[in-house]
Amino acid sequence: MRFSGLRVLREGLTGNKGWRPHWRDPAPKAEYDALIIGGGGHGLATAYYLAKRYGMTNIAVLEKGYIGGGNVGRNTTIVRANYFLQGNSEFYSHSLKLWEGLEQDLNYNVMHSQRGLINLFHSDGQRDAFVRRGNAMINQGDDAILLDREGVRAHLPYLDFENTRFPIYGGLLHPRGGTARHDAVAWGFARGADLRGVDIIQNCEVTGIDIENGAVIGVQTTRGAIRAKKVGIAAAGRSGQVAAMAGMRLPIESHVLQAFVTEGLKPCIDHVVSFGMGHFYISQSDKGGLVFGGDLDFYASYASRGNLPMVEHVMEAGMTLMPMIGKAKVLRSWGGIMDMTPDGSPIIDRTGVDGLFIDCGWCYGGFKAVPASGDCFAHLIATDQPHVAAEKFRLDRFRTGVGIMDEEGTGSQHNLH
Amino acid sequence: MRLQNGGMVDRSKVIRFSFDGVPVEGFAGDTVASALLGRGQRLIGRSFKYHRPRGVLSAGSEEPNALVTVGRGAAQEPNVRATVQEISEGLEVFSQNAWPSLKRDVLSVNDRLWPFLGAGFYYKTFMWPRAFWEKIYEPVIRRAAGLGGLSGAAPDERYQKAFAYCDVLVIGAGPSGLMAAKLAALAGADVILADEDSQPGGRLNAERLEIGGQTGAAWGQAVLAELRAMPNVRVMTRTTVTGAYDQGTYGALERKPAGSPAQEVFWRIVAKRAILAAGAIERSIAFADNDRPGVMTAGALRAYVNRWAVSPAPRVAIFGNNDDAHKTAQDLVAAGVQVVAVIDSRPDAKVPAGPYEVLTGAVVEGSAGRLGLTSITVRHQGRARKIAVGCLAVSGGWNPSVHLTCHMNGRPTWRADIASFVPTPGAIPGLTAVGACNGAFSTAACLREAVAATREALAKIGLEAPQLEIPSAEDAPYRIDPLWAVPGKGRAWLDFQNDVTVKDVKQAATENFRSVEHMKRYTTQGMATDQGKNSNVAALAVLADATGRGIPETGTTTFRPPYSPVSIAAMGAGGQGMGFAPQRFTTSHAASLAAGAPMIEAGLWYRPSFFPRAGETTWRQSCDREVGFVRNTVGICDVSTLGKIDIQGPDAGAFLDLVYTNMFSTLKQGRVRYGLMLREDGYVMDDGTTARLGPQHYVMTTTTAAAGEVMRHLDFVSQCLRPDLDVRYTSVTEQWAQFAVAGPKSRDLLNQLLETPIDNETWPFMSCGAIRIGGVEGRLFRISFSGEHAYEVAVPARFGASLFSHLVEMAKQHGGGAYGMEALNVLRIEKGHITHAEIHGRTTAFDCGFEKMVSAKKDCIGKTMSQRPGLLDPMRERFIGLRPVAATGKITAGAHLFNPGDPAQRAFDQGYVTSVAFSPDLGHDIGLAFVKNGPARIGETLRLVDHLRGVETQVQICDPVFIDPEGGRTRG
Amino acid sequence: MRLACPICGTRDRREFYYKGDAVALARPDPDAGAAAWDSYVHLRDNPAGQVRDLWHHEAGCGAWVVVTRDTVSHAVLDVALARPEAGGVQ
Repeated sequence: MRFSGLRVLREGLTGNKGWRPHWRDPAPKAEYDALIIGGGGHGLATAYYLAKRYGMTNIAVLEKGYIGGGNVGRNTTIVRANYFLQGNSEFYSHSLKLWEGLEQDLNYNVMHSQRGLINLFHSDGQRDAFVRRGNAMINQGDDAILLDREGVRAHLPYLDFENTRFPIYGGLLHPRGGTARHDAVAWGFARGADLRGVDIIQNCEVTGIDIENGAVIGVQTTRGAIRAKKVGIAAAGRSGQVAAMAGMRLPIESHVLQAFVTEGLKPCIDHVVSFGMGHFYISQSDKGGLVFGGDLDFYASYASRGNLPMVEHVMEAGMTLMPMIGKAKVLRSWGGIMDMTPDGSPIIDRTGVDGLFIDCGWCYGGFKAVPASGDCFAHLIATDQPHVAAEKFRLDRFRTGVGIMDEEGTGSQHNLH
Repeated sequence: MRLQNGGMVDRSKVIRFSFDGVPVEGFAGDTVASALLGRGQRLIGRSFKYHRPRGVLSAGSEEPNALVTVGRGAAQEPNVRATVQEISEGLEVFSQNAWPSLKRDVLSVNDRLWPFLGAGFYYKTFMWPRAFWEKIYEPVIRRAAGLGGLSGAAPDERYQKAFAYCDVLVIGAGPSGLMAAKLAALAGADVILADEDSQPGGRLNAERLEIGGQTGAAWGQAVLAELRAMPNVRVMTRTTVTGAYDQGTYGALERKPAGSPAQEVFWRIVAKRAILAAGAIERSIAFADNDRPGVMTAGALRAYVNRWAVSPAPRVAIFGNNDDAHKTAQDLVAAGVQVVAVIDSRPDAKVPAGPYEVLTGAVVEGSAGRLGLTSITVRHQGRARKIAVGCLAVSGGWNPSVHLTCHMNGRPTWRADIASFVPTPGAIPGLTAVGACNGAFSTAACLREAVAATREALAKIGLEAPQLEIPSAEDAPYRIDPLWAVPGKGRAWLDFQNDVTVKDVKQAATENFRSVEHMKRYTTQGMATDQGKNSNVAALAVLADATGRGIPETGTTTFRPPYSPVSIAAMGAGGQGMGFAPQRFTTSHAASLAAGAPMIEAGLWYRPSFFPRAGETTWRQSCDREVGFVRNTVGICDVSTLGKIDIQGPDAGAFLDLVYTNMFSTLKQGRVRYGLMLREDGYVMDDGTTARLGPQHYVMTTTTAAAGEVMRHLDFVSQCLRPDLDVRYTSVTEQWAQFAVAGPKSRDLLNQLLETPIDNETWPFMSCGAIRIGGVEGRLFRISFSGEHAYEVAVPARFGASLFSHLVEMAKQHGGGAYGMEALNVLRIEKGHITHAEIHGRTTAFDCGFEKMVSAKKDCIGKTMSQRPGLLDPMRERFIGLRPVAATGKITAGAHLFNPGDPAQRAFDQGYVTSVAFSPDLGHDIGLAFVKNGPARIGETLRLVDHLRGVETQVQICDPVFIDPEGGRTRG
Repeated sequence: MRLACPICGTRDRREFYYKGDAVALARPDPDAGAAAWDSYVHLRDNPAGQVRDLWHHEAGCGAWVVVTRDTVSHAVLDVALARPEAGGVQ
């Protein structure tokens, strides 16, 4: 079924009786050409592009719970391409281009909203670092505009320009940056993959990876054994547990990142605003809630929830930067499990096991990466060769020191990125 | 309408406030909701999507409908629950989400378009043409969405945060909570009793019941008075426990009454044990048009009648699937409200008679009334019948308030006998749920559970509970036959605020959003401001039915903190303005301000940017002059912000050898050495000078930015890697004020102050030692960040202000003076010294040209990893200097570098500029940069491109030391 | 979240700095080889369950402590000074 305004009209006039499942709930088959472990954004996008670009339709996505139940359904929805190191630059640029046609490609409104992202800076040194970044973005073919203090004021008149602890010197505007409706991204990719024949199997937890003579031959699941000669792991915060089934230890520590949403409010914040000094970023959803977040809680955790010190720090940052949000009330907070790498950049690579591939280490930036991660991981699985946009995301870069992409400059301590 | 008698409001105190500009009178003790109902105002708000008229549903913080904006200007607060907001004199209350008025809301047209606006319709449309999303669709949707609005101004009330500690935290002061608190208090425990209402008592204030021969309310007041008189008890009213966190930490929001010095206080309560006595929330029953103003929960209606003595309308009908429907009828009759009919869905219900019609086995299947209920349609014995009423009280059963017990991902347990979820024991370590929130729905059961659970909790913390007689109370069984949704045509509401109907949930199931989380996200069921407190259970029952599963298999979504919404201002109290981070000031701060220096942030410190003099109109003029001081005579700069760590012990040298790349154990006493420190991953962490003051005594300096990180690192190395080393160290950053005295006349100046003059032989470059200056014991280091003959003089911080002023005065006599950060930066760039602009965490000793500083003779932190192949690749971006090919050429920091003729694209990137300055000595811009294989390319020309600033120029790679490369001046 | 510092007693999480897995105590010899160093600096067991990790009581006594915790429930099972484990005298 193709979605359109006309279809909504027609269904509305006929009692909305014609709607069909957005994806099927098939029973797992005994064998597939490829399996994707993890029905989050990355796994579903990988399946979609495997089917769409490489004609691999006899594949399945195995999800232990319900699809889109992890970070793709719990994030601050920011979509941007404002990285500055080789490897990241080309990848996120590629991702943003895919975002820009995603609704039409998927026939699903993911509400990608290019409302502009402004990163604030608070010293000459920070300005110079952002200029380096902005120039790298333009060198990559993306967009960036340097704003001085008055330029920021023109966009964000509600910031505290007089008393804030770290005065606003200016900002880097990324006009093509913005947000998207996170759940819809998972559902849109799921529907697109399903339409092309991919089996999306929910409530199917992988409990073992079967390897013979150094090559993967299938997986064990709570719904039985499934054979496949190619298996891709896209398990985000749980990557370590899945990789351990194949005897691997990953350069990953899983951490909790909290985020927050307020009650619905009439429009008051039109951009995505990022306040590095306070590790605070905010936007307003189309529904009216202020969606914002901060830094990790900083301790390893799988609890999907955090504690008050970081909650309060985030709120305090909001209050020093834009005290006009003070009377907005936080409705809900939540915590996601972040697969933190030693340089803050991801991994899309082969493993030591033939036919076993891994896509992980998205830290807390995985949402915007979903389309390109799917595209690049699909390329790797289908062709056994890295996609040109993701060729720097090697698993062995930490051991060799070649191509480390430490955007934060905080070094190999996982939780500092 | 206000009833003639009864209620707990103080009729002697009339309070005047306004609603949408219309004056309203209420009594002390009224909420906005009770006062408005008291004057017959049922319409209070509009729903989110369809802008349907909405009235009061509940009598508590779970209210989804009666949300209002309170106050104006900076005091404007949106989305306030009218059911909780106490009235106060002059309070201004406004309806929201309606334009131009509450009665005539243009967007109520959405309600007519409902067939096209069902669950998830927006995922299927608004996709063409692509550019229309940002330009048309989204702005329209955003304007229509949202509830109340922010004023745009910073709040000017005070918000505060506080910590509290106790043995037992009791959450909720209804019968269960009061009983629990009393027992814990009598056992001698430190008790905090927190209740979200202004008037503790919970349902005791809303029901007609007896405890121990008294009215419930009187019993509650008596217990409360006892508790308040005990020194080990703190009763916190208007305090909502909002979240359960690890190791017995709870968040709580205290709302202060009007006129208090603070608006709200956010508490962090640490409790050894907690008793959750949060009560239960009554749920509605879905039937067609069940959302009209005038339809409310039966328990809420009893509260309005019994506590506030108001009824939404003179004629009332009651619809229920349990015995509470009849209790409601009796209360209304007792209060003199006309009950028209009681509709009980249970065919075989044994019901008490009353002066009203009772219809068993009947349901309400529809309603009428555009802005407020005028009639209901009842189906009884196969026939539909219209009954004219202005209020319908609905009781679909009670949902225990399990929310806090889910904050650590605990899933509640389904109990079929009460058709509700109850807390799963142990879901929050140290917390026990008792009473209605644990599914105990009779008063006697509440009291019994409270005593038993509290006794157990006290035992866990070593306290013995005294014997306590449980007073007598009603102990009626709770009889319910589940009824979630009345079948029939029309739209039956589940989530009133978000306009989610039974049809929407069924459609979601059809579209395979069968997981409860999918259904929630697709329909927005439970995502309104009540987090689904009123509607989730019914919605998932509908989903369970639609998918052919049971309710327990369908499961619930997760309740997350906060229990009820908390303002950002409260949780972020203290952050506004300067409070966000500590401010650190040097001893020369006042003098710098007095000299008119603009202060800039350096980490948490403030440092002077430059010291303007009369006639100077730009910072550059001041900066150039200050650079001239140092290059030509003498300048003074406060460098106290650098981290200073005093290191002592027999193994101090060995310790430094491990943390620095270069050797310090061999450093001679009285000498200073520049040191480079790596992270264990081989990248540069920090740099600085370390002086050896005695055989076992060093003092290390760090950069301002990394002082804390270095101190932590030393602790790590000392405690975790080499505890065998006998070394002690402490930060002395704040104990010493330290000033750079730099320039050719620096020694002349110092010799005017030092008790023992110095010369080049006794104090050569990189020497150090104790001095006496102005009668004070101090330290002198001959080190230079500018490349000039220079010193740093340190005195105990209490003498800093005086010494700084003195040094500046004397420098002026030499034709010099104070210099600030701008000049300091120019001086260090001219000399090619690195700062964190260069050691930004991604550069190695090799990148910075310091590979020879990594001693081959010993191990050090980071050494092994710094030798990974990728970190020694000559094609890495490495440190060099840049000068413009044309003297007027502009060099800008953050610009990227390309080979001449190459396009300014990523694939051709050769490097980037980190630091720039206009060199007054050289008369042109200079820069420091990292360039691929840079040191091997000295003399090459590159293309510098700064798109952002519109700069493009030709630059030449050069040595990063622009001034005095031989170092003659430094040693002079 | 609260941790019982062996020196100071039970304190709020905000007094502590977190470093990561206590594997950091077992620094390899300089010549242990690339694999050993990669394992030390980068690779992690990252268990969903019991973990031993290193915290610094930065806003307190300055002690580095080894905390035995559950990463799923956040239960704290033990807090001990790091120094003795690293071979030092308590």
